[in-house]
Amino acid sequence: MHFNFRSAYAIYRREMARAFRTAFQSILAPVLTTSLYFVVFGSVIGARMEPVAGVPYGAFIIPGLLMLTLLGETTSNASFGIYMPRFTGTIYELLSAPVGVAETLTGFVGAAATKGLILAAIILGTATLFVDYQIKYPLLAVVYIMLVAASFALFGFILGIWADSFEKLGIIPVLILTPLTFLGGTFYSIRDLPAPWDAVALANPIAFLVSGLRYSFYGTSDVPIAVSLGLTLGFLAACVIVITIIFRTGWRLRE
Amino acid sequence: MSEPILSIRGLTKTYKGGTRALDSVDLDIRPGEIFALLGPNGAGKTTLIGAVCGLVRPTAGTITAFGQDLSRDWRSARARIGLVPQELATDMFETVWRAIAYSQGLFGKPYNAARLEEILKSLSLWDKKDAQIRALSGGMKRRVLIAKALAHEPELLFLDEPTAGVDVELRKDMWQQIAALKQRGVTIILTTHYIEEAEEMADRVGIIQGGRILMVDEKAAMMERLGTTEAVIDLAAPLAVLPSEIAAFPVELGEGGTRLIYRGGNGQGGGRAQVAQLTQALTRANIGYTSLDIHDSSLEDIFVGLLGEKEAA
Repeated sequence: MHFNFRSAYAIYRREMARAFRTAFQSILAPVLTTSLYFVVFGSVIGARMEPVAGVPYGAFIIPGLLMLTLLGETTSNASFGIYMPRFTGTIYELLSAPVGVAETLTGFVGAAATKGLILAAIILGTATLFVDYQIKYPLLAVVYIMLVAASFALFGFILGIWADSFEKLGIIPVLILTPLTFLGGTFYSIRDLPAPWDAVALANPIAFLVSGLRYSFYGTSDVPIAVSLGLTLGFLAACVIVITIIFRTGWRLRE
Repeated sequence: MSEPILSIRGLTKTYKGGTRALDSVDLDIRPGEIFALLGPNGAGKTTLIGAVCGLVRPTAGTITAFGQDLSRDWRSARARIGLVPQELATDMFETVWRAIAYSQGLFGKPYNAARLEEILKSLSLWDKKDAQIRALSGGMKRRVLIAKALAHEPELLFLDEPTAGVDVELRKDMWQQIAALKQRGVTIILTTHYIEEAEEMADRVGIIQGGRILMVDEKAAMMERLGTTEAVIDLAAPLAVLPSEIAAFPVELGEGGTRLIYRGGNGQGGGRAQVAQLTQALTRANIGYTSLDIHDSSLEDIFVGLLGEKEAA
C-alpha cells in the first residue's frame, strides 16, 4: 500500500496550525468549562459527598469530566476540519492531490486526536488545582485516552462529511454525545442506580468509555475493562470501514 | 507527432437527476501546448476538468495522463497535474506563504522555500507572503490560487476561467505568466469566457457545447478554415442590379442598392486581397463609392457562428 508521508504531514500541520490560531475556542474554552465543573462538583459539592467505590467524589468525577470534554472537542474538531473545506470549496485541492484515505485520515484525524490529548493533559493539570488524585495505571490511561480520541476523531470526520449545514454539524455533539456522557456515569457510579436503571444505563455506550477510563485511574469500574477496550476498538474499526467506503464511493465528496 | 500528454476517450458524466454534462468526449492534448476550451455556461468545461482532476466521478470513458490510466495510476498522475479552480476557494485566515507551502507538501513535494519564493516573485506576490489571504484583493487571491497550483511544479496545468473578474491590466499580466509557464514546458489547458484570451494565447482551440466537443483545431487553421472577411462599401449612387464585372465576387446589394456587401476570403488575408480587386473592378465599371469598411472575423465570430449553427440544427 502506498502512503505519502509528506501529504499526511502537510494536512496534519495545517490542522494543528488552525487549532493554535483558534486557541481560545479550541483549548481555553473547554478548560474553563471543565474548571467550573471541578470548582462546583469537585470542591464545593464534592467536599460534602460520600466517597464512591472508595474514591473521594472530587477525584471520582475526573475521568467522566475528561471524557465529556474529550468526546465533544475531538468530535467537533475533526468534523469542523473536513466540513469547512467542503463548505468553502477548498476541498478541491485535497481531492485533486495524490492522497488517499490513509493520508487524509492520518492528517485530519491525527491532528484532532493530538488536540484531544493536549486538551486531556491540560484538564488533568487543571484538576490538580482543585482535587487530589493519583492515576493507578498511567500507561493504560494514556493508551485509552489516545484510543478514544482517535475513535471520536474518526467519528467526527464522518459527521463532517455527512453534515450539509452548520446546524447538523452541532447536532450530534450537543444533542447526543453530551447527554449520553452525562448519563454515562460521569457524576455517579452506574452500580448505585436502582434496578432497572442500572441495566438501562448499560445500553449507553458512553458508559463503557467512562467506566474504562475510570478503571485506568482508580482500578474500579462499572464494567470490565476488557469490555470497554473491546467496545472502543470495535467503534474505531467501524469508523475506519465507513470512511473507507465514503472514499471509495466519493459520497458527499466527489460529484 | 509526440504522444498526447492527456488522452480522453468516450468520457461521459451524467449527474443525479439525469443532466448529462459530458457526452462521449474524445480529446487529446499535446505536450507543451496551450489548449483553450471554449463554450457557453453549462457546456461541460468545468465538469471535464473536474473529471481529470478527481473532483468528478465519470459515468463512462477513460482518461489517460502521461500514458497512465487515471482510474488506476491516479497517484502518480495527480502529482504531475495542477488545478486553478474557477471559484476563489482559499483558506481566508491562512497567510499566503503557509497556503502555498501546504500545497507543496500536500502534493508530496519536500519543503522548498527557494521554489516557493520564486513562484511568489513571478506572480508579484512576494511582498504579500505574510499577509492573510482574506486581506488580498480578488486579483491577488486568484494569483494565490495559481501559486498554490504551481507549488508542486505540475507538468499539466488546468486553468478554469483564470482571469474571471480580473481587470484588464491584471489579465494581460496573467497572460504573460501563462506564456512564461509554457516557455518552461508546462502544458496548459484553460477554459475562458474571454475569447480574446484564447485568441491571444492558445495554440489549439476546442469548442464544447451541451457536453459534446464540436470542434478541435489549431487556432490558425480554424481561423483560416472558418474565418471570413466582410467589407461594406457605401456606393455613391444606388444600383438596381449587380454589373457583370462585380457579380463574379461574393457580394450582395443592401440598403436599397446603396450598399455593397462582400463576404469571403479565409480570415488570413485572402479576403482583403479580393476586396482590393473588387474596388479596382468598381473603378473600372465607373461605380463610385463613398466609404469602405473591412472587418476580418475573429475567433469570437467563429465561435458564435458555430454555436448558432449547432442550435439551429
